[in-house]
Amino acid sequence: MMYRYSLRGRGDLIEWRDAARGFLSAGIVPEYIEWRTMDDADGLFGFDDNRLPEPADPPPRVTVSASFIRLAEAVICHSDPTRFTLLYRLLFRLFHSHGLLNMAVDRDVSAARRMAKSVGRDYHKMTAFVRFKELALPEGAAGRRRFVAWFEPDHFIVERVAPFFQRRFTDMDWLILTPKGSASWNGEELRTTDDPAEKPDLRDDTDDLWRTYYASIFNPARLKVKMMMTEMPKKYWKNLPEAELIPGMIAKAEANVLAMAARQASEPLPFHHRIQEAAAKVPAAPQPAAGTFAALKEEARSCTLCDIHCLATQTVFGEGPEDAQTMFIGEQPGDQEDLAGRPFVGPAGRLFNDTLAQVGIERDRLYVTNAVKHFKYQPRGKRRIHQKPNMGEVRQCRWWLTKELELVKPKLIVAMGATALFALTDMRQKLEDIRSEPIAMEEGRTLFVTVHPSYLLRIPDEGLKREELARFREDIASVKRLM
Amino acid sequence: MKKSLKERLAILSDAAKYDASCASSGTTKRDSSASGGLGSTEGSGICHAYAPDGRCISLLKILLTNFCIYDCAYCINRSSSNVERARFTPEEVIWLTLEFYRRNYIEGLFLSSGIIRSSDHTMEEMVRIARELRTIHNFRGYIHLKSIPEASGRLIEEAGLYADRLSINIELPTDAGIGRFAPEKQPDNIRRSMGNLRLKIEEMAEPTLQTKRRRKFAPAGQSTQMIVGADGADDATILGTSARLYGSYGLKRVYYSAFSPIPDSSKTLPLIKPPLMREHRLYQADWLYRFYGFDIGEITSGQSDGMLDLDLDPKLAWALGHRDRFPVDINRAEKETLLRVPGFGTKTVKGILSSRRFRRLRLDDLKRLGVSLRKVQPFVVCEGWTPHRLVDRSDLRAMFQPKPEQLSLL
Repeated sequence: MMYRYSLRGRGDLIEWRDAARGFLSAGIVPEYIEWRTMDDADGLFGFDDNRLPEPADPPPRVTVSASFIRLAEAVICHSDPTRFTLLYRLLFRLFHSHGLLNMAVDRDVSAARRMAKSVGRDYHKMTAFVRFKELALPEGAAGRRRFVAWFEPDHFIVERVAPFFQRRFTDMDWLILTPKGSASWNGEELRTTDDPAEKPDLRDDTDDLWRTYYASIFNPARLKVKMMMTEMPKKYWKNLPEAELIPGMIAKAEANVLAMAARQASEPLPFHHRIQEAAAKVPAAPQPAAGTFAALKEEARSCTLCDIHCLATQTVFGEGPEDAQTMFIGEQPGDQEDLAGRPFVGPAGRLFNDTLAQVGIERDRLYVTNAVKHFKYQPRGKRRIHQKPNMGEVRQCRWWLTKELELVKPKLIVAMGATALFALTDMRQKLEDIRSEPIAMEEGRTLFVTVHPSYLLRIPDEGLKREELARFREDIASVKRLM
Repeated sequence: MKKSLKERLAILSDAAKYDASCASSGTTKRDSSASGGLGSTEGSGICHAYAPDGRCISLLKILLTNFCIYDCAYCINRSSSNVERARFTPEEVIWLTLEFYRRNYIEGLFLSSGIIRSSDHTMEEMVRIARELRTIHNFRGYIHLKSIPEASGRLIEEAGLYADRLSINIELPTDAGIGRFAPEKQPDNIRRSMGNLRLKIEEMAEPTLQTKRRRKFAPAGQSTQMIVGADGADDATILGTSARLYGSYGLKRVYYSAFSPIPDSSKTLPLIKPPLMREHRLYQADWLYRFYGFDIGEITSGQSDGMLDLDLDPKLAWALGHRDRFPVDINRAEKETLLRVPGFGTKTVKGILSSRRFRRLRLDDLKRLGVSLRKVQPFVVCEGWTPHRLVDRSDLRAMFQPKPEQLSLL
C-alpha cells in the first residue's frame, strides 16, 4: 500500500523525523511513501490525510547516529522536494548497515552530502551578504540602535542562521526579512518565522562610504571577473549596495591601467627631500671602540662569510664574562638559539645547564660559544631539521672563534663534540680516543674533550642513554676539577 | 583644505590594496552572547564581498596614514612617490570599523601604516586602536595588525593581546632584493622580529603555573607577504624562502603578491602586467608543500630554470615528469601516494580511504567524489579501469595543456 505524507517542509527536521520514525517502526520501505510539501499539494491532499501505519509488534528500537542527525538537519533545509525521500531512504538503509555514512561514494550518501554542502554554502553566503541598514530612532528617543536587512536565500535556512546573527550583533536590535521567513533580535529574544516577507524600501548613508571603500580597494591591473562571479554570483547583486559599481569598474579597468602606465614617474615632492635630509642628519648609532668584545660582537651580526647567514635568523655569538677562565665550545646554534640569539638555550642547553648545576659550576662564570655562529638546517614542514655544518663552513667561521679566544684568553677550553674539536685543532679524530683527559695546548692552555649534549638527547636506547649521561656528568666534574 | 572622511578613505584604502592578505580565519571561536557587545569569530573566515579583481573583501583594509619616511621602490607609499597623502585619527579608524561591521560589510579590521616620525610612534597608535576597540567598544571581531619590525618589544607584546593576527612583510624573497629595492629595511631585523613573535606565541601558549590557563596572544598566528616579479628571483628561490619561513617562524600563511604596476611608479621598476598565473602556480606549489607531502625540490625540479610550468599545475607537471610512479591503484595505494595523484584533493583522498573499506571503487565512484575524470583517468587504476599505457603516451602533456589561442584578425 502507498502512503502519502505532507509536510510544511520549511527547514524543520522535527516534523519529518516524527513521521519518519513512525514509518520506520512499521518497517515501511522507502518506495511506498510519497512525501509532499504543502506548497506543491494540489489541494487534494492536506495534513488531514497524514496517517502513520501501526508500529510493528514488538516495535523495533529506532536509533540513529549523531552524524546522521547533523546531516539531516542540513539536508532538510534544502529546497529540493526530493529531500524527504532521500533522507528516509538513507535512514532506512542505515537501519540495516550502520557504517553507511562513511561510504562517501554511495549514491544516496553523496547526494545527501551534496545537498548539505549546498545548504552550507547558502548559509555561508547569507552570513556574508546580508547588509544591514540602520533605521533612525524616533526623534528624541534613546535606546538600542535598530537595523533591518533584506536577503533572498535559496534554501530554508533562516532559522538555522539566525543564532549566528544573534551571537554577532548582540548589542543592536535587528530584523532580517526574506521570502522564506524572517528573524529578529531585540536583546532578549531571538524570534524566527517561516512566513514569506515583502522586500522593504531601505536606505543607509553609510552605504556610500562602503562603496568608496569597495571601489578603492579594487586593483584594476588584476582583473579576474570570473573568480568574482564564482564567489559572488549575480543573483546576490541586487541586494548588495556595492554591486551597482561593478560594471563601471570592469569597463574602466583597462583604460585606468593604461593611463597609469602612460604617466611617467614624476619628480618627488619636497616632502621626500626633507625626509632624506633629516635622515642624513641623524647621527649614526655610537659604535663600540675597535678591538673590544662589544665591537667584535657587533661586527659578527652582519657576517656574510659563508652562505648560511641569510638562511638563519641571526648570528648567535658567544656569551659570558670577557675574562672567563673557562670556555665551552659547542657545534652550532639550534632552532631555539637561532630565535633567541643566545647560545645553549634550547633542549641541549637545558641539559647542559642541569649538568653544570649538578656538578656545581656556575654558568655565569663560563664563556659559552659555538664553532659555527649561524644555524644550518633543512626546512621540513613546520619544523627545521638540524644539518651538520660542513668543513668549509667550520673553517670560515673559525675566524670568529679565533677572535673570541684572543679576547677572552681562557686557560681551559672544553670542546663539546667533533665539530668543536675540528674547529680548534683542524683534526678529525674519534672523540672516544681523546675524550675525558686534559690535553696540553700552546700558550699554556688546556683542552678537554667531551660529547655534545644534543648527542645525549638523541640516544634512543634508555639504558645506554643513562650510561652516557653519567659519563657526561663525570666529564663535567673533571672540568670542574681542572678549573 | 582638510580632506573629507570619504576622500581620505579612498586614499588610504587605495594605499592598502597591494597587501594580498585578507584572511579572517584561524582564530579562536568567540562571540558576544555573554558580553552583550558586538562581534564574533567562528573558525572559518567570511568574505563579505568580491571585487572584480577576484579578491575577497573580508576586512576593512586601510592604512592609518600613507605618509612614510621609507623609500621602498615597489611601494605606492614610498616617500618619493607623488600619490596624495592623508591620515586618519585613531577615532576615525575605530568609527569606520564599528559602523562597517554593524552593517555586515566586514569581519573586522586589517590595519597597517606608513612609518611616520618613528616606528614606535606609529606602532603605538595602531595598538591604541586595537586596545580601544576591544576594551572600550567591546568589539570581538577580527583584528589584524601589521607590525613594524623596528618597533619595541613592549608594543608588539601589547599588540598580541588585542590582535588576532600579527604580520610583518618579508617583502622580497632574497636579502639582496631587499637591499636593492627597500634599502631602509633590514632583512635580519625582519627575521628577528618574526623569531621573537614565534617565541612569544609559544611562551603564551604554555599553561601558566598558577591557573593552568593558556593566555591569549595573537591566536591566529603570524603571516607574511612576498612580492613576486619585482626582482629577478626564480620560483625555486621564492618557495625555498617560504619553506624556511614556515619552518622557522611557524607562519600560518605566506602570501604571494604578483608585482602590480603602481601609480607614479619608481623608475627602477618595469611597468608590467602583474604575473597573475605565476602567482597562482606559487600558491598551488605552497599548498603541495604544506598539505601534500611534496618537497620544494620535487616541485621545482621539473624545469631547468627553477621556474614552475605556467601551463600545467605543479602536481600535474610533477606527475608527467614521474610517470614510472603511475598508474596508482586507488583501491590499494597508501594515503601519501594517493595525495600525489593529479586531480585528487585532500578531501577526495579522505573519501577514497573511508569508502574503499566497504567495496572496491570504480571510476563512477570517483565522479561522485567530485573528481574530474578527464584529469585522473591516465593516472589511476580501479575496478573496471586500467589506463592501458596511457601514462606512456608522448602526447599526454598536450592533452592537458591549454588550447593554443586562436589569433584573431584585426
